Amino acid sequence: MGSAPSLDERDYVRGGATQTAVKILVVGHFAVGKTTLIGSISEIEPLSTEETMTQAAESVDDLKGVQGKTTTTVAMDFGRLTISDRVVLYLFGTPGQQRFVQMWEDMARGALGALVLVDPERLADSFPVIDLIEHYGLDYAIAVNHFDGSPLRDERALREALDLLDDTPVVTCDARDEKSSAAALTTLVRYLLDRTR
Amino acid sequence: MTGQEGWQSEAPELVRPYVITKGRGLPDDGDLSLITLVTAAAGQPQRPSRLSPEEQSLLDLCSAGYLSVAEIAGHTQFPLGVVRILLASLMEGGHLMTRPPVARARLADKEILEEVLNGLRAKFG
Repeated sequence: MGSAPSLDERDYVRGGATQTAVKILVVGHFAVGKTTLIGSISEIEPLSTEETMTQAAESVDDLKGVQGKTTTTVAMDFGRLTISDRVVLYLFGTPGQQRFVQMWEDMARGALGALVLVDPERLADSFPVIDLIEHYGLDYAIAVNHFDGSPLRDERALREALDLLDDTPVVTCDARDEKSSAAALTTLVRYLLDRTR
Repeated sequence: MTGQEGWQSEAPELVRPYVITKGRGLPDDGDLSLITLVTAAAGQPQRPSRLSPEEQSLLDLCSAGYLSVAEIAGHTQFPLGVVRILLASLMEGGHLMTRPPVARARLADKEILEEVLNGLRAKFG
């Protein structure tokens, strides 16, 4: 019989008794850098939860052009950021596959919005993700993860390729960089705020 | 993944989920969303022995502060559905308290979004 994992004080939600938990989704196709982005701004080591139907994911995921990726996002990864004494923000990341529909419903319910992480070299892979986000009625911003050596498309071409609305924000970010990831998130939140006005 | 010592002996994959949950189904309310915050009820008396080892472990995990349902699943490596059922059972028994996320409303959203925006700016410049 194992005992409960021993957690550090910092693992717990500070001031949980008075805090409101909110969530933002970080979505994108397989291997686009969702876990990296979440990890770069999370105050806890990113965790993952697994649903039983996710076991097949590894053998199905398309590994073309993503050499060097050693870990696989099988279900959803998430991190946490204490915003203030009143608000704690959770970031949930999951791949945009239709077969995870149960998980998507779980994640999308009550989410403030979504940051869609896009690989400029694999734009077509982002179509189903954006379809899903729109299906769940979530407002979103596009964050182009700028990988080493990949050419940056100009924004207009990218907007056209992804068929974005004029007011959908598009930012470039380096998911490995804390400030860059936070800036992308800030852009999303500012946009969400504008939408409430 | 979590690097937690002493938990792996559970080998959850060796135990069927319906054994751990004693055949109970998923709670049908929205009380236990991914980001519902959970903690052990204050003034917990002598723990009754009828708790299963898994329930006991979850209760121990929740005894030192608040964690979200998703975090509890992440730390224990139990499937989310199993965690929800066990937590619901512990809630029924009065062992746990929860803080469900506020219901979505446009005004509440606006205030929260402003707070999130300010918080991000303060933290990351």
